[in-house]
Amino acid sequence: MDVFFFQSLTLPLVVGLAGAAGVALCRPALAARLGALCAVICLAAYVGMAGAVTTAQSLAMPFWGIPSLGVAGGLQLDGLSLVFALLITGIGALVLLYAGRYLQGDPRLPRLMVLLLLFMTSMLGAVTADDVITLFVFWELTSIASFFLVGYDHERLGARKAALQALLVTGGGGLALLAGLVLVSIVAGTTSLSGIIAAREVVLADPLAMPAMLLVVLGCFTKSAQFPFHFWLPNAMAAPTPVSAYLHSATMVKLGIYLLARLNPVYQDVVLWQDLLTWAGLLTAATGALMALRETDLKRVLAWTTVTALGTLTLLIGLAPELSATAAVTFLIVHALYKAALFLIAGIVDHETGTRDATALGGLGRAMPVTAAAAALAAFSMAGLPPFVGFVAKEIVYEAKLAAGGMAGVVASVGFLVNAAQVAIAGLLSWRLFFGPLRPTPTQPHDPPKSMLAGPVLLALLGLLAGAAPSILGTWLVDGAVAAILGRPADVPLKLWHGFTPVLALSVATVALGVLILAGWARLGPRLRRAAPLDRFGPAAAYDRALAGLVAWAEGTTRAVQHGSLRGYMRTLLLVTALAPLGVLVARGGLALPEAAPVDPRALAFLLIAAGAVATALARGLFAAVMAMGLVGFGTAIVFLTFGAPDVALTQFTVEVLLVVILATVLIRLPLRARDARTGRQRASDAAVASMLGLSVALVLLAVLASPFDPRLGDWFGAQSVPGGHGRNVVNVILVDFRALDTLGEIAVLAIAAFSVLALLRGAGRRLRTGT
Amino acid sequence: MHASLILRVSAPLLLWVPAVVSLYLLVRGHNAPGGGFVGGLVAASGLVFHAIARGQAAAMQVMRAPPAAWCGAGLLLALCSGLLAWIDPAAGYLTHRWWFPDLPVTLPLNTAFVFDVGVYLAVIGTITAMAFALVAEE
Repeated sequence: MDVFFFQSLTLPLVVGLAGAAGVALCRPALAARLGALCAVICLAAYVGMAGAVTTAQSLAMPFWGIPSLGVAGGLQLDGLSLVFALLITGIGALVLLYAGRYLQGDPRLPRLMVLLLLFMTSMLGAVTADDVITLFVFWELTSIASFFLVGYDHERLGARKAALQALLVTGGGGLALLAGLVLVSIVAGTTSLSGIIAAREVVLADPLAMPAMLLVVLGCFTKSAQFPFHFWLPNAMAAPTPVSAYLHSATMVKLGIYLLARLNPVYQDVVLWQDLLTWAGLLTAATGALMALRETDLKRVLAWTTVTALGTLTLLIGLAPELSATAAVTFLIVHALYKAALFLIAGIVDHETGTRDATALGGLGRAMPVTAAAAALAAFSMAGLPPFVGFVAKEIVYEAKLAAGGMAGVVASVGFLVNAAQVAIAGLLSWRLFFGPLRPTPTQPHDPPKSMLAGPVLLALLGLLAGAAPSILGTWLVDGAVAAILGRPADVPLKLWHGFTPVLALSVATVALGVLILAGWARLGPRLRRAAPLDRFGPAAAYDRALAGLVAWAEGTTRAVQHGSLRGYMRTLLLVTALAPLGVLVARGGLALPEAAPVDPRALAFLLIAAGAVATALARGLFAAVMAMGLVGFGTAIVFLTFGAPDVALTQFTVEVLLVVILATVLIRLPLRARDARTGRQRASDAAVASMLGLSVALVLLAVLASPFDPRLGDWFGAQSVPGGHGRNVVNVILVDFRALDTLGEIAVLAIAAFSVLALLRGAGRRLRTGT
Repeated sequence: MHASLILRVSAPLLLWVPAVVSLYLLVRGHNAPGGGFVGGLVAASGLVFHAIARGQAAAMQVMRAPPAAWCGAGLLLALCSGLLAWIDPAAGYLTHRWWFPDLPVTLPLNTAFVFDVGVYLAVIGTITAMAFALVAEE
């Protein structure tokens, strides 16, 4: 194997998929280790590729395109993709290892592992795709994986509702995203992301630019839980904790941020883009901070702080200059490290004590010292205290906000309050949880085994190490990603110590206010929880109302359309079939009569059909009608036969036999009255509908015959049948060779129809038997 | 419901004659009227007669596998018959391949026939699945 193989961007995708298959087949006890191994292999692959990725250079390779549809396909790894890929695989490995222990003994564990690996693969595909369609497909796969993972405890109503909510919000946004991406690629003339960025001027000059941008932003906002779509994220905490740590804080919810950052080179100078991202981000951050202080469930607290972080990231992308891009990437990495660690710690606490209620927990440090130490490290990073990398991030975020021009005042002061809330929550999750007075818990806590501790400890230590040497983080990871976000390299060095600056003063004030909030949390929390309007008028309530309205509307429509009268259905169907083509024919002036031709003796066969039709209409009982209908069918077959289509005739004969036999058998069994029970009026209206259909079909057929016959297709098939298909039966050669794909589709439809009939009749049979 | 004596006695005839005819139609289909679709219909009608005459269970026993399995097997066979096209990387999926081995008799080996057999099986499965469900004994 040459070096190129290890630099192959498809390798991680293949490993992820193969791993998912392997995990499904291997013993549950080994599943977690195998899964983690796959993630480590992918991580190693990306680390190996990191050398080839610089601020000016990226790796690219072809991958799954549909040239005939203009879908370019292709994978690309630049600085931004690399940051995401490393987070996805690195945190993925730790989470998989953790999950194996966390859910030990759960019979559904292999399924969780499969889903997590599939999710990891889709995430990797999404962040390395250089093609909007490929990106979209992987994007939607992550939504679907999220649906199944949130609904992991599918026996709980809450989990099912949360899963559906997450899917509806992100999936609905996904549709907007698809529309937006398609518009952008039509305007740019390519589906390649790098091509779209290169065609920036063309994209922006088009009148479709703004609708396309808004649609893409909508998709990103739903995925990354921006206000007013943020409500699904806290509810998604119904998922097992490893899933929350991985999908709903470290990776999936950042996919929207990823795409915003990816498309930033195109839109960064558009004022609407800047404003939209800035204000939505600010509002989201503030909402998250406020709601986090209301919660008592550890996981929901963390979820709301994730909302805050996502808002901050969106805000930073919206702020134009170089500083904010560096701040965004640094904060992205920092947040992923400490938030995943804290989620995993919350999971450990839940696992060991049996509760996640922050008000009921405290002083756990003595019982679980290692966990407490990891929590403290991660929380310091979250609070933005030196020498942790969180401090580096917070300083540069403040700097970026203060440099935001006219908006600096609002952005920085809201940011100050939000950060103070973050400090308070960091304290809540470390000091109050582990160091305060000990509170009794349902089970006796102690430190969990190594496989569960590895994740939080490693992530927390990384936060400390990166803080100690921020310049390494900067040159190795941040600069490349920043270059991708801005479309040009930026030179903003990361430093731990900036000297005595206004930003430092702001940091000190933030910590002070945070400590004050923490001290008052016991009183502030209940007061916020009692603020009912937050529940009643929020977007979450609007979602519930919309869903209830949809159900009511569907019920109304169903009642109007599915009224249950079989004759009514038939009448509607036949009238539409009759009037629609007739209407088109009349409106477009297509009515025409063919030229008169001498009467052909073969026309006698048509008399048989006519006789059958008359006999059906006059038949006194259902049986007689079925038999007479058969006559129509056989007459048609004879027509085919006499006009040189023996194949079609053969099929027609067989179908007719089957139809008559099956109909007759069914009629014998059904408790139907033998005689026609319709009133005279009903018969008259039925006759009118039937005549209408007959007239319509006749007129259409006459018009068809009047138009000149184009024999090219028939001639071509006739000429090609033997040389191209080695067969003299043209019909069969068309079916199995020239148009084989159509035939394949048709037999697939047949199979689907068969299964539907089976399902329907199984239900009907049961109803008939039980008499309900 | 009890089928009439005539129907019950002639059941084997009504089953096997269509079965043989259907195979004949299937094999000759590429060069003369016939083919997998109509062959499948004929074979299925034989099985439906049998189900009416001797009951669904007896017909299922003749079929060995449930109709859904026939359906699936047919679909799978038709799907797979197209894969050999990729022996030639430039050819599209379902481009049929033909071999004429050097034998004293003409033996045209080809994937088009495999595809047609797939259609045949799928049609039998579909029709019997529907018909059996409709004529099932209560």
